[in-house]
Amino acid sequence: MAVNHAKDGAPGFLTTRFEAVLAWGRRYSIWPFTFATACCGIEVMGAFGTHYDIARFGAEVIRFSPRQADMLLVAGTVNYKMAPVLVRIYEQMLEPKWVVAMGACASSGGFYNNYSVAQGIDKFMPVDIYIPGCPPIPEQIIDSIVLIQKMIDSGGSRARDRWPIKI
Amino acid sequence: MADEHKRIVLQKLTGRFGHDIVATHSDFGDDTALVRPERIVEICTFLRDDPDLLFDFAMDLTVVDYLGEEPRFEVVYHLYSLAKKHRVRIKARIPEEDPVIDSVIPVWVGMDWFEREAYDMYGILFRGHPNLKRILMYEAFEGHPLRKDYPKERRQPTVGVEE
Repeated sequence: MAVNHAKDGAPGFLTTRFEAVLAWGRRYSIWPFTFATACCGIEVMGAFGTHYDIARFGAEVIRFSPRQADMLLVAGTVNYKMAPVLVRIYEQMLEPKWVVAMGACASSGGFYNNYSVAQGIDKFMPVDIYIPGCPPIPEQIIDSIVLIQKMIDSGGSRARDRWPIKI
Repeated sequence: MADEHKRIVLQKLTGRFGHDIVATHSDFGDDTALVRPERIVEICTFLRDDPDLLFDFAMDLTVVDYLGEEPRFEVVYHLYSLAKKHRVRIKARIPEEDPVIDSVIPVWVGMDWFEREAYDMYGILFRGHPNLKRILMYEAFEGHPLRKDYPKERRQPTVGVEE
């Protein structure tokens, strides 16, 4: 974007591309949907609280309807019984959408290598950001928001565009 | 005082049921009785109703899988008396080829979900249970995951997984 910074009282103007304006708007209004199933959810609450105040990054409007959300924050252990529910929620979200796998469990199953726990949500849905930690600290959630903002800014490809991954 | 209670619980049990009580011990201060599974409902009813015992609180029901032994499974009941403040552990061994035991829901209605969990995890069939279906795993799940011969690496995903 190019902005006329002269403060001479004349009506200002700016030139830009439509995509850039759209990205600028999207960047500071990421509405998260929190899918909190375990202790990561407590750290999410910390991130959204007054101390860490994720509102500074424009992501404080938590939606409890996936149809109004831009970002799916999967915080916690997802087991095979829950997996179809999570996929259903993801499919209801409108484009563009981003997925954050928060913590060891959502990223890889964590230390639950057993009959019931999905070994990472990326087995059945595209994931844009993985947050390491057990549980991660709130700064890492903020970092994931900033990374998504950078993705929006640069127009970088999302995991969804590369889905499903064939190896 | 506590020792007296311990003596009372196991003494009354063996006095009333005799050879249906296979073995008893009070190791580590926990009264434990191994009983014949055929008499489990009568024994539980007695434990609940006897004025000296009054086990009104069925705290837990679980199963132990002694793979390789016969009978293979051991159903374990943990009981507590809110009135008398004492506990007892009742155990019953049932065989692998016929893992059936009478439901104790007629005695303590709260045993409903415990029995469903035992069925879900170990495949124990509770005769007379009104709604014996899985409680933790999903309906399509095959097998009973806490059995010792359930393959450790076996995965049964519910959504399409690209391996």
